[in-house]
Amino acid sequence: MKHFMRFSKISKAFKEVPSQYVYQINPIQNFEQIKQFRVIDLEGNLIAKEYNNIPKETLNQIFDLMLTIEEMDNILYMSQRQGKISFYMTSFGETATTVGTTAALQPQDFIFPQYREQGSFMWRGFTIEQIVNQCIGNHLDGGKGRQMPVHYGSKDLNIVTVSSPLTTQVPQASGAGYGFRVNGENKIAATWFGEGAASEGDFHSAMNFAQTLKCQTLFLCRNNHYAISTPTDDQFKGDTIAGKAPAYGMRTLKIDGNDLLAVYNGVKYAREEIIKNKEPFFIEFITYRIGDHSTSDHSVLYRSQEEIDSWKSGNNPINRLGLFLKKQGLRQFNDEHDNQIRKDVKNRVIAALKHGSEQQSPSIHDLFTDVYDEVLPHLQDQYTQLREHLTKYKDQYPINKFKGGL
Amino acid sequence: MLRIVHKLRSGFAKMTVREAINSAMAQEIERDPNVFLIGEEVGQYQGAYKVSKGLYDRFGKSRIWDTPITEAGFTGLSVGASMYGLKPIVEFMTFNFAMQAIDHVINSAAKLHYMSAGGLKTSIVFRGINGAAASVAAQHSQCFAAWYSQVPGLIVLSPYDCEDARGLLKAAVRDPNPVVFLENEIMYNEAFEVPDNVMDKDYLIPIGKAKIMKEGKDVTIVTFSKMVKFSMLAAAELEREGISCEVINLRTLKPLDRNTILESIKKTHRVVTVEEGWGQCGIGAEICSIINESNAFFHLDAPVVRVTGADIPTPYAFNLEELSFPKAHNIVEAVKLVLK
Repeated sequence: MKHFMRFSKISKAFKEVPSQYVYQINPIQNFEQIKQFRVIDLEGNLIAKEYNNIPKETLNQIFDLMLTIEEMDNILYMSQRQGKISFYMTSFGETATTVGTTAALQPQDFIFPQYREQGSFMWRGFTIEQIVNQCIGNHLDGGKGRQMPVHYGSKDLNIVTVSSPLTTQVPQASGAGYGFRVNGENKIAATWFGEGAASEGDFHSAMNFAQTLKCQTLFLCRNNHYAISTPTDDQFKGDTIAGKAPAYGMRTLKIDGNDLLAVYNGVKYAREEIIKNKEPFFIEFITYRIGDHSTSDHSVLYRSQEEIDSWKSGNNPINRLGLFLKKQGLRQFNDEHDNQIRKDVKNRVIAALKHGSEQQSPSIHDLFTDVYDEVLPHLQDQYTQLREHLTKYKDQYPINKFKGGL
Repeated sequence: MLRIVHKLRSGFAKMTVREAINSAMAQEIERDPNVFLIGEEVGQYQGAYKVSKGLYDRFGKSRIWDTPITEAGFTGLSVGASMYGLKPIVEFMTFNFAMQAIDHVINSAAKLHYMSAGGLKTSIVFRGINGAAASVAAQHSQCFAAWYSQVPGLIVLSPYDCEDARGLLKAAVRDPNPVVFLENEIMYNEAFEVPDNVMDKDYLIPIGKAKIMKEGKDVTIVTFSKMVKFSMLAAAELEREGISCEVINLRTLKPLDRNTILESIKKTHRVVTVEEGWGQCGIGAEICSIINESNAFFHLDAPVVRVTGADIPTPYAFNLEELSFPKAHNIVEAVKLVLK
């Protein structure tokens, strides 16, 4: 019986394989360093005039959101120190990347976050209250009290739930992007990851597959110079992460991540190219993690305050955008008004914390739902056992604090 | 020189489990030039949970290796290093993340000695926190005791207190087989009094031998790691009610010390197993089976009762998490059930 298989149309017969030769040993180590795309300079002056094309309203909304996130992060970080929430991760210094990117994407695009992208969530409409309730883990949490703080997700907003193991979201985005192409959809899968997470094996698989299988996937690397305490010098060699992407055959941009206009324009371009060519695209944002890795970190143990301050004052995305808006007459700045914005956010977060902490905890029935599609018999048994136990010892447990009681 | 926290009275010192592990590693690294510690944040950051505090300053970067973020990478590298004569202590920030390297642990470290007819040795220690901590939800709370214990070729150890931590870790480093060493984050902060001999640089605990923490005659409680603490609390409470429990701290999960368990049953005739992990195919399930297969079965006056975690991914909300894992009162309930 003859077995028939269709092989690739490209012949690998020796004479057909194109090859070029050199006659001296000259090893290659580094290609020319990829330069960062920039539109405004450190003082907000417009350099690349043809990219001054973002509507005034959008720019102001972005600026407002960046201020909001900064205030919110401040309060939530402090509230962890006060024991009101158990854990938090701030995004100081990186909001141009997340807010700018999400503003340049379409609402139907799937986002696969890492964990520092509150900018992406909030641009799409995730509220302060949703964030606070998730961090507290009360019955209002959309995640049913299942996840640690900052592990948000939203089906409505097309943002896949945050998952702790690093980089697992990246090959998932390749997969989703593959589905979008095969189904002919005007959708991309945009995935975030840090420069540290790019060391994981999953990064390599995801990149290789995306280009080989032609996935509508946008890879977004936030190079913020630190992975907890590990500086980039100890994380990788070569031309940062962007330097690796062309080796996969992927189109690549390195962008000044603290330049909102560069971020917005770069992502817009990349998205159009992905849909047009049905191929993935890679962007690395060079930015800086002004805050600690998380509330479990104390970064002055491994970097100097001078270093942190140099970015905070010298290359800060909020300052740069603000100066640009001021110089272009796109926003009226006045101290009273700006302080009021911050004050309103602060009050809103504090109110959400207060309201959130007064809420009941999630229902005990939710211990056993969603393990499977339906609550299987053995789980139903365990639920019954639990209710019997709680009924028997009801004065030992704060039952009135559980939503729905027993 | 060993750092001892409190010298209480002559012959004893007080230290935390964290310090016990730290001092055991320091002594082994000092003793054998082939031993090194490798993992994320173990060096200059002093360890994600400060377990390797001071080791980088003392031994330098040639013995304490900070790595880029890739469990698959540094585990694969360490298994290779072990094959060529070095002795890595691989720290996983949590065994939950070790899943990204599971192929290296199982298909390489565990099986290669057998597959190479003894030609390749993978003498290596994998250590890190296992099981639930507090408020860290599903991807940081799984207990891997049952998974690793199933695999031929692996030694699986799980300490409870300082004595266990020191003696077992040192034994693990000196053992020629690949060892999975399951620690517990909550136990890191617990302090214990230890007799001086435990601080000795050659203090070892035999692998494959359980410890009877408390002798008793009415029921045997078999457990390991943090659950030893709750079992002891339950035993104290039951003692006040006139019920005498014998608490066995397994210490080694593979190879299980069947003898100690079976001899205890012949004395008490009733057994309760306690583990934090999920019930199905768990350590308790294995203990039920081995009792079944031995003549100790005929000494049972009641079926074995298992106390395990709920069959769910661990939720984050405090109230839900509390209800997901066994506590002392669940063990008390189980003992009373087996006595009924």
